Amino acid sequence: MNRFQWGDTNLSLGEDSLTNQTGIALYDGESKTNFEGGVANITSHRLVWKEQYGRTTCLSLPLSLVQRLEEQASGFAKSAKIVVHLSSPVSGQQAGPASSSKYDYIRLSFRDGGQQEFLRYLVQALREKKWEKKYVPPAPPGAPPGAVAGRHRPGIVGIERSIQQKQQQTDTSIDQSFQDLKKLMEKAQEMVSLSKSIVTKIRDKQGEITEDETIKFKSYLLSMGIPNPVTKETHGTGDKYYRELAKELASVLEKPIKDCGGMMTMTDVYCRVNRARGMELISPEDLLNACETFEELRLPIKLRRFESGVMVLQSSTHSEEEVIKKTTEVVESKGSLTAEELAQNIGLSVILAKERLLLTERVGGVCRDDSEEGLRFYPNLLLTKT
Amino acid sequence: MSRRRPVGVGAIKGKNIAQARFKDKGSEIADDQFAQMTKQMETFKTYLEEFTTKHKDDIKKNPAFRAQFQEMCAAVGVDPLASSKGFWAEMLGVGDFYYELGVQIIEVCLATSHRNGGLISIEELRERLIKSRSKKSQEISYDDLLRAIKKLKALGNGFTVLTVGNTYMVQSVPGELTLDHTTVIQHAQKAFYVTKSMLIKDLKWEAERASRALNFLVKEGLAWVDDQDSERQFWFPSLYTASLSVNT
Repeated sequence: MNRFQWGDTNLSLGEDSLTNQTGIALYDGESKTNFEGGVANITSHRLVWKEQYGRTTCLSLPLSLVQRLEEQASGFAKSAKIVVHLSSPVSGQQAGPASSSKYDYIRLSFRDGGQQEFLRYLVQALREKKWEKKYVPPAPPGAPPGAVAGRHRPGIVGIERSIQQKQQQTDTSIDQSFQDLKKLMEKAQEMVSLSKSIVTKIRDKQGEITEDETIKFKSYLLSMGIPNPVTKETHGTGDKYYRELAKELASVLEKPIKDCGGMMTMTDVYCRVNRARGMELISPEDLLNACETFEELRLPIKLRRFESGVMVLQSSTHSEEEVIKKTTEVVESKGSLTAEELAQNIGLSVILAKERLLLTERVGGVCRDDSEEGLRFYPNLLLTKT
Repeated sequence: MSRRRPVGVGAIKGKNIAQARFKDKGSEIADDQFAQMTKQMETFKTYLEEFTTKHKDDIKKNPAFRAQFQEMCAAVGVDPLASSKGFWAEMLGVGDFYYELGVQIIEVCLATSHRNGGLISIEELRERLIKSRSKKSQEISYDDLLRAIKKLKALGNGFTVLTVGNTYMVQSVPGELTLDHTTVIQHAQKAFYVTKSMLIKDLKWEAERASRALNFLVKEGLAWVDDQDSERQFWFPSLYTASLSVNT
């Protein structure tokens, strides 16, 4: 009990309050004390006990003295307790309720329960050991770090010097991190943040880091990284590999395909996928084999071959019925359409527009008028006006 | 109570001069800092490029680090692919070299297609590749480009090399996906006809791009040829008659 000091509940700088529990009685080792029915408060630095009603008595125990904790389960007419083993009192300690004690531990009795939660916070505070860390006040925004600490006002030369120092630090930290691969692996996260912050600053000032459109595009593609690319080493060979690869492709490509109008050439796909995979390249043949399994796996994209031999990936939501319905609607609303008019209307290539019209014609959605002015499609009144 | 000293013209001038000097100094520091940042980014680039060539296999082995490495490459715009050609690639075309080059070629085509409609001369392609590839990577020849493109054959006819005169052009947007034809028809809307030089002048197209689009339209029966004038005109009867029916 002699480790306790008279204290108050005011928190010191950098100290946080973690939890409160009412109905706490203190035991000096095995013997009861007069400190009963109080509120115990755990902060990041101290264990504080305060009288619940009188609110005059307040005891504080620095957590640095705590050596270990022990739990005593509740029993018949006995509340659950936490035994707090303490190291010997430090000399020069402030006055407390007892000048000496024959015990090296105190006990907290939980008459209102709640010892489980209390114990958890206590363990957390002991693990974090915040009292050992020197409190660093958050730097005022905008002030150059290092410049505030000086006794004198820094002046322009001081500011320049501190900027220079910081730059030198950054330079050396880059140089050191890239000395060899092992060092870079250790410092990788730091270097990732550093590279990003440098680029952001340059961007703020200059707009873009480079004028070259290929490099810009490359950066964009690389930033879509796939964290764990499917490889033959990790997922075996043959069908299993292709199926896993197909799933990866579907998850990476679904959105970009939608963004570019529901269709993407296989070469485009090949480039995007390999860029996202970084250094784990896949060959065109593997890509094609994986795409062949889309339908079987019921993935939201599918491989499509045009008569011309062009291959594309297409999102499956782009279904034939949908196309037919939409094409019929457009033709009806315009009265009549040629392939090139439809192409302009829905922002599609002329070949695809013609293909859509022919498809719609095949199911009776539109009729053709083939004259020297070209092939023109009309709403199919023969079927609709009966 | 102390009386404030009245401010004279000289003091105001002095103050203005001081302020101007502070401003100058401020922008000087900012410029200096910017130069340093640019230098740091260049350092980053050089190191990353060195690492991609030297430690490729080690980087590939460690998934967490690989992701971080890629993030860095993405941030500063370094190409992580820098395999060297080697003897076997040269002889048999095996190895990563041509596959990597393929990825880089498509990338250049995609990045420029908004401007050239997916038609690029092999000279421009090579120049852009050299610029965007890692500075440490091997020199590439036209033959390398053609071999790399050949490897993409499995992916269909969407990506083709066209022989134009005594040089090559690479076409990355197939007819199915090009909007060039639509653009030509749109352009013809006012006069009902277009000429090749109109397209080159108004749309800033390359001659090859314009003739390909026009030839397609003639082949599909959408445009009719009129050779009476000094330059061949391409008429669009569908546009012409549509306007007649509106006028009557």
